[in-house]
Amino acid sequence: MTLWLNIILQGVLIGGLYAMFAAGLSLIFGVMRLVNIAHGDLIVLAAYVALMVTTGLGLDPLTSLVLVVPAMALIGYALQRGLLNRTLGDDLLPPLLVTFGLSIIIQNGLLELFTADSRKLQAGTLEVLTFQALPGVWVGALPLIQFAVAVVVIAGLQILFYKTALGRAFRATSDDQAVAQLMGLDTRHVFAMAMSLSLAVVAIAGVFLAVRANFDPSIGPARLIFGFEAVIIGGLGSLWGTLIGGVILGVSQAIGAQIDPGWQLLAGHIAFLVILALRPQGFFPKVSH
Amino acid sequence: MSTPLLHVTAIDAFYGDFQALFGVSLAVEAGQVVAVIGANGAGKSTLLRTIAGLMHPRRGDIAFDGASIAQMPAFDVVKRGVALVPEGRRLFPSLSVEENLLIGGQSKRPGPWTLQRIYNLFPVLAERRHLPATSLSGGQQQMAAIGRALMSNPRLMLCDEISLGLAPIIVRDIYARLPEIAGEGLSLVIVEQDIVQALRAASHVYCLQEGRVALEGEAKGLTREAISAAYFGV
Repeated sequence: MTLWLNIILQGVLIGGLYAMFAAGLSLIFGVMRLVNIAHGDLIVLAAYVALMVTTGLGLDPLTSLVLVVPAMALIGYALQRGLLNRTLGDDLLPPLLVTFGLSIIIQNGLLELFTADSRKLQAGTLEVLTFQALPGVWVGALPLIQFAVAVVVIAGLQILFYKTALGRAFRATSDDQAVAQLMGLDTRHVFAMAMSLSLAVVAIAGVFLAVRANFDPSIGPARLIFGFEAVIIGGLGSLWGTLIGGVILGVSQAIGAQIDPGWQLLAGHIAFLVILALRPQGFFPKVSH
Repeated sequence: MSTPLLHVTAIDAFYGDFQALFGVSLAVEAGQVVAVIGANGAGKSTLLRTIAGLMHPRRGDIAFDGASIAQMPAFDVVKRGVALVPEGRRLFPSLSVEENLLIGGQSKRPGPWTLQRIYNLFPVLAERRHLPATSLSGGQQQMAAIGRALMSNPRLMLCDEISLGLAPIIVRDIYARLPEIAGEGLSLVIVEQDIVQALRAASHVYCLQEGRVALEGEAKGLTREAISAAYFGV
């Protein structure tokens, strides 16, 4: 019994990381109907930025967020203004193709700069710190922090979206670009702010990913898939949905891994496909158009 | 003679290769209400969209308050004091009634219009301020769309087919508020299919026909015959 409790708890906690992968993806799709194929590679890019910051300045990974988050946010703003805004229009295909190309460029750029060697961010004793939550149920401090951060990030995005002027601008632009311009909103700037916010979340996700496990330039696309699956399970356009989606994905993978280590990823994909078949709109659908 | 607040000079506007406006000129004095009438497809909405900056004329110029706004993007035009109430209202469905009004004030122009004054003008909006904009009736949506435009404290408000799809009694009700709105020194350009309503509200009338100004004059000086000739091109 405690074995399964442990496994489910691990799954839930890793789900927080998947939710952070998903939240950035969902935000961009929600605001500008852009499917960012390079999202996973941007997560890996953030991990390498954190690697440079931690080795260059001797900071620990969590402190490095103070620099990595603004750096990624700036990259996001520039990427949207300089490149992606030019691809947006009535046709969904150009942004898809351009971000696909971007994914290849980031992977190969990282390969040139950092080689294909596996890297990892070192968080010291925090990595092995665990405590007993219930008799026989052990929780790692790092996964717990990761999950708590995910909840805070999603709650923060929720407040930003529904309680602030910027969030109002995001929703209005998503509804009707032309009328948003009539209100005095420069939609190019609004989109760039959305991408900036998305990459700020990506930065946090990237650092936690890099502390948890080894990374190399090629692992981005798999993170993209986890992100997509969490978004679809949770329901398009719902921020809390991404957390539920991430948790369902994480728990399925953990259960699969317990049955047979080779089944970890497969179990997650099967859970995704079953939910897609039975409830294609996800659990908390928001987007109706 | 003083320069008009809005001076459109011989503009040509296109949708791709299709030319929608041919050398259209129009002038609006400060505080004046001008009606633009014409049949479907005459170019009335195109004219308003071009003035508001959603489209740009290929030839000709649009001067507002002495400066050219012809090639200016819509989000800058509104900051200079031109607001458009778009055809079909086009409220933001994801926003509440109050959020729709607040986003109208996004350009942060100073002036007499505040959330409270909009609610005084249209009390029904205050009752429904926290509901989604989509929950409003057609007439209420039109009030919200007008309120949203007013929130930018415009000097010129462009109203595209306010009466479209609304019951006559509601149209009369909304038109009854226009003098109060214009009383703030605001200039109005009203595009209407409902000619009677337009002639009653406006002091000056332009009639468009197939993208050209077919008739122009004082609202009181125009005969029914002259209007129907310009309207239908017979």
